[in-house]
Amino acid sequence: MTAVAAPPTLAGSPRPPGLVTDRVVRVVVFVAGALVLVILALIAYTMINRALPAFRSEGWSYFTSDVWDPARSKYGTLAFTFGTVLVSGIALVLAVPVSVGIALFTTEVAPRWLRKPVTYLVDLLAAVPSVVFGLWGLLVLAPTLPGFYQGWHDLFSGVPLLGSLFDGEPIAQRTFMTAGIVLAIMITPIITSVARETFATVPQSLKDAAHALGATRWEMIRAAVLPHSRGGLTAGILIGLGRALGETIAVALVIGSSPQISAKLFGSGDAAASVIALQWGEASDGTYRAALIGLGVVLFAVTLIVGVVARAIVARTDRHAGGSA
Amino acid sequence: MHRSRAWKLVPLVLTFGLLGAACGSSTTTGQGNDDGSSSKLAAATLNGSGSTFQQAFNEAVMEEFKAAQPAVTPVYGGGGSGKGQTDLQGGLVQWAGSDSTVKDADKGLYEGPFLYFPTVAAPITVSYNLSGVKLKLAPETLAKIFAGEIDTWNDAAIKADNAGADLPSTAITVAHRSDGSGTTANFTKYLVAAAGSAWTLGTDKVVAWPQGQQAGEGNGGVAQIVKSTPGAIGYVDYSDAKAAGLALASLKNAGGSFVAPSLESATAALDGATLAEDLTYDPLNAAGAEAYPITAPTYILVYSSQPDPAVRAALKGFLEFIYTDGQKIAETVDFAPLPESILNAAKAQITKIGV
Repeated sequence: MTAVAAPPTLAGSPRPPGLVTDRVVRVVVFVAGALVLVILALIAYTMINRALPAFRSEGWSYFTSDVWDPARSKYGTLAFTFGTVLVSGIALVLAVPVSVGIALFTTEVAPRWLRKPVTYLVDLLAAVPSVVFGLWGLLVLAPTLPGFYQGWHDLFSGVPLLGSLFDGEPIAQRTFMTAGIVLAIMITPIITSVARETFATVPQSLKDAAHALGATRWEMIRAAVLPHSRGGLTAGILIGLGRALGETIAVALVIGSSPQISAKLFGSGDAAASVIALQWGEASDGTYRAALIGLGVVLFAVTLIVGVVARAIVARTDRHAGGSA
Repeated sequence: MHRSRAWKLVPLVLTFGLLGAACGSSTTTGQGNDDGSSSKLAAATLNGSGSTFQQAFNEAVMEEFKAAQPAVTPVYGGGGSGKGQTDLQGGLVQWAGSDSTVKDADKGLYEGPFLYFPTVAAPITVSYNLSGVKLKLAPETLAKIFAGEIDTWNDAAIKADNAGADLPSTAITVAHRSDGSGTTANFTKYLVAAAGSAWTLGTDKVVAWPQGQQAGEGNGGVAQIVKSTPGAIGYVDYSDAKAAGLALASLKNAGGSFVAPSLESATAALDGATLAEDLTYDPLNAAGAEAYPITAPTYILVYSSQPDPAVRAALKGFLEFIYTDGQKIAETVDFAPLPESILNAAKAQITKIGV
C-alpha cells in the first residue's frame, strides 16, 4: 500500500524530462475526468430546476401516485417508473443468458473459422438504429405475439404466481412483454461484446490447469472462465441495463401506452422515456412541461439507484465467493 | 494514382457546375415572367414550427407560395403545437402553428402581443371496423364507448341510434392516441361539450383513458389499429382516415341530424361558429343542420410587432396568400376552407401587423 502511495525516490537525481509531461498528462486526465462529473451535475441541476413547478404542485404524489391525467393537471409518475423497471428487467432476464451463451460460444466452443463471422454479425446488430427495432416490433413481432401469449396463459392458468404473471387484461399485441423482447434483442449485442472481451482475458494457464485436473469443457468454463470474468460480466450487464432503461422510441412503439401498475406481463403499460418522447411535442402549458422534465429526473434517479444497487449486490457476492474481478 | 483519381472528378465537377448554372438561369427567367401579376417581395426567410395537424396544408401552400414569390423562403418544422408555442416564445420562429389557443397564464412568456390567424379546419372522424354497417352515433353513445361503459357492438344504446341495422355481438376495441395530440384535445373537448354527464374524463392533449384500450402513435397509428382490428373504433383526422380507407361514422349534431364527415360539412360547421374578437372560434358541436360536430380549427400565431421590414412584408404576403390561393389548395390536401365570414375578418387582421 505505502509503496504505491509514495513516488519512487529520485530526490538526488536531476529533474528527469519525463516528469513534466507526466504532470501535464495528469492535469489533462484529471480535467477530462472532472468534466464528466461537472456536466452530469449541470444536467441534473438544470433538469431539477425546470421540473420544480411540477414537484411543487404535486408534492410527494408526483413520485408515489400512478394517476397521470393532464386534463385534470394530475401528474403521478409511479406507473411509468414501474413500467421502465419491469420492461428492463424482462429484457435482462431474456438477454443475459443468450449473450453469455454467444460469448462463450465464440471464445471457447466455436471452431476458429466460425468465430469471426459470428462476432461480426452480433456487432452489426448493435449498429441497427433503435427505431428500426421498434418498427419491426410494431409491424412484424407484435401482431404475431398474442397467440403465443394466449398459449402461455392457458398453460400456466392454474399455477399460483405464474398464472397471474402470464396474463393480460386483455392479452394485447403491445405489452410489457413485447417491449421487453424488443429491448432484449437490442441489448444482446452490447452484453455479448463486453462478455466476449472479458472471457478472452481469462489466462490460458487457468484453463489449462482446469483441463489438467480432468475437467470437461463445461466444468472448465464453470471453474475457470466464469469466476474470473464476474466483474467484466457485471459491467456488461449494467451497460445493457442502462440502454434498456433509457430506450425511448422502440419502447414507445410497442409498450401500448396505457400506464398501469400490474404484474401481468401480457398487458399494456407505459415507460418513462417513452412518455417524454410521445407527449413533449404537444405539451404547451407550464406545469405539464415541468412534469415531463421531472420524468427525466426520475429516470436519472432510477438509473443511478439501479446501477448502485446492482454493483453493491455484485460486490457482496464477490466477497462471499472470494472471486477476482 | 493520385493524378488519375483527380481526373475522375472532372466530369462530376462539370456536371454540378452546369446544373448550378441551369438552376440560376431558370430562376431569373421565372422572375421575369411573373413580374406583371403581383409585386415581388424582398428576400426573407420565414421560419415556422408547431402543429402537425396543419402541416400537410402548410407544406402545400408554401410550395405554391415559393413559386409565386421566389425570394421568400417559408419553412415549417412541425414538431407539435407545444413546440411551436415555445419556439415563438423564444423568438426562434416568426410564425407558429397551433391547434389550441394560448392559456392566459402563459401569455406572459411571449415577447409581446401576438395575433391568431385561423387558416383552415378539418373534421375529425370517428372511424370503425365493422363490415356491412353504416354506423350512426349520438354524442352520449360515443362518450360511453370511449369511456369503456359500452363494450359490445349490439349494446342497446348503439341499437337505438341505428334502427334496423344488423349489429354483431363483437367486442368493441377502442383505439386512441399514445402521443400528446391536438386531435385528442379537440375530440375530448367535443365530448365535454356534447355528451354532458356521459363523459367524465375531461379534455386535454392526453387524458387518462380506461385500461384495456389500444393506443397508436399519430393519426396513422390509430388508423392502423382500426384497420387491422375487427370491432375497433377510433378517432382519426379526415385525411388519414380517407387514406386508410376506413368507414366513417355519422354523428348527431347539435341540430339533431346525423351528419357524415366531409369537407363541406366541416365548412358548414365553421359557418355556424361564433368568432371571438381575437379571431379564435370554437366550431365543435356547432349549430346548423349540415354541420359536422367534430370540426377542429387550427391557427397560425405571429407577433403583431415585426420590426424587420422585409420579414414584415413577407409575413403579410404569406398570410394574404393563405387567404386567397391557399383556400383553393386546402381541399386538395383534405382540409376545409374557411367560410366567407371568417375569411374577411382574417384578411382585415393582417393589417394589424406593424412595426
